[in-house]
Amino acid sequence: MHQEGLSAKNLRVFYGEKEAIKGVSLDFAPREVTALIGPSGCGKSTFLRSLNRMNDTIDGVRTTGEIWMDGENINDPGVDVVLLRQKIGMVWQRPNPFHKSIYENIAFGPRYHGVRNKKELDAIVEDCLRKAALWDETKDRLHQSALALSGGQQQRLCIARSIAVKPKVILMDEPASALDPVSTAKVEELISELKQEYSIVIVTHNMHQAARVSDKTAFFYMGKVVEYDVTDKIFTNPSEKATDDYISGRFG
Amino acid sequence: MNAKTADRIATATIIGVASLIVLILAGLLGFILFRGVSHISFDFLTSVPQTIKAGGGIGPQLFNSLFLLLLTLIITIPLGLGAGIYMSEYAKPGRLTDSIRLVVEVLSSFPSIVVGLFGLLVIVNLFGFGFSLFSGALALTVFNLPLMVRITEQSLKGVPREQKEASLALGLSRWKTITSVMLPIATPTIVTGTILAAGRVFGEAAALLFTAGMSSPRLDFSNWNPLSPTSPLNPFRPAETLAVHIWKINSEGLAPDAAEIAAGASAVLVITVLLFNFSARWFGRYLHRRFTATK
Repeated sequence: MHQEGLSAKNLRVFYGEKEAIKGVSLDFAPREVTALIGPSGCGKSTFLRSLNRMNDTIDGVRTTGEIWMDGENINDPGVDVVLLRQKIGMVWQRPNPFHKSIYENIAFGPRYHGVRNKKELDAIVEDCLRKAALWDETKDRLHQSALALSGGQQQRLCIARSIAVKPKVILMDEPASALDPVSTAKVEELISELKQEYSIVIVTHNMHQAARVSDKTAFFYMGKVVEYDVTDKIFTNPSEKATDDYISGRFG
Repeated sequence: MNAKTADRIATATIIGVASLIVLILAGLLGFILFRGVSHISFDFLTSVPQTIKAGGGIGPQLFNSLFLLLLTLIITIPLGLGAGIYMSEYAKPGRLTDSIRLVVEVLSSFPSIVVGLFGLLVIVNLFGFGFSLFSGALALTVFNLPLMVRITEQSLKGVPREQKEASLALGLSRWKTITSVMLPIATPTIVTGTILAAGRVFGEAAALLFTAGMSSPRLDFSNWNPLSPTSPLNPFRPAETLAVHIWKINSEGLAPDAAEIAAGASAVLVITVLLFNFSARWFGRYLHRRFTATK
């Protein structure tokens, strides 16, 4: 198993007895954006959260199957989850900056992972904020509360925070669904920028967004992947009837 | 009867019941303060009690109450925080966790006189700590610890899930997540809860009759060596608290002004507990602003 990027093999997730993900295999290439679409409750968020083993924190959730990254099965019980999560960043639906200053939100992760030098931290903060297109708006108030930022700025701060620990993959769970159209556009722009360095997996309910930002799209339905292909193909000429029905708005 | 009339009657009843409660409370508070406040003076708060003469104060008792509270908090805060963090973040739901929770709740609703007797038999006699502040603090721990555990557990449960996940997703350990992300958010609630719980400890009498004792040795307030028997800081000396003093002076006080002293001491007790309550709210809000950096 030698492959760059992240890949899931026959992944199954159970909530107690109920099987929420029924054997999903997907490959995510580096420097590509993959959109996961599908109706509510189809398991796309559950699948996303199993990729950095965030489901471990919920009682009664069991995950089987393999997730390969850098030649290692990260779903193995022996894997150090803490180290693993550093390599796979995450962004949530609602912006969730820490109740700390803007500076601290970014510096918190790197400092924990061993960057103690003030100058280095300053550089990381500036770099991450620049990458998230937030530097100009925040450089004069780095030490003010992150909670004073607008929703869209908070979400970009959360993205900046996730890249501060140098992940390889960023998982995004409907990152723009709680934002206004202008902020949404900024976040989408940011995603296109970030894919030059990271592979991004994004869950979205917004079909247009999926079409705009992603290179590949996977259509989830009832805990399975119905179709996984290049985004253009999915949206113009899908192979499966269910995919066609969903993207043309006939259900879901 | 149509829906509108029913609604009016229900509203009137509810307002009536609510005002009755407020009236009772205000009456009670007003009565205690009215009878007692005139007796409070600097001399009353600082001088020692007199056995048969008039003009005794409550100085040592007030000090004992505060010092006992401090000792109790020193014991319960670390234990309560530890157990609360365990219950909230580490314990897997199951029979063990459920039974711990049950024990904690039963413990907090124990009749205080029973805890006092238990303290007399086990702490005072069996372990040989005697009537002392330390025995009293251990007895109060029985009430205070369950509250601390519950306060900590619930305030950590109240931290938004996304905050915890955001920290874990950055590759931070569970412990670091708890100490650096969750506790700062939970601290205002924990502090408020702790101070409110302290009010109950401060007014407790029954559990202390047989543990901290009903007398204070002659205290030398210039002696700060905690090992000396006359030092106020010695945790192994007997100590009569304010609440116990009120009970004693009312039931067997010989001083001619016993009734006034009891009234004055009651007012001091009530005012102190009120101060705890107000400061808890204020301090909680202050910490919330500090930790969340919101203006």
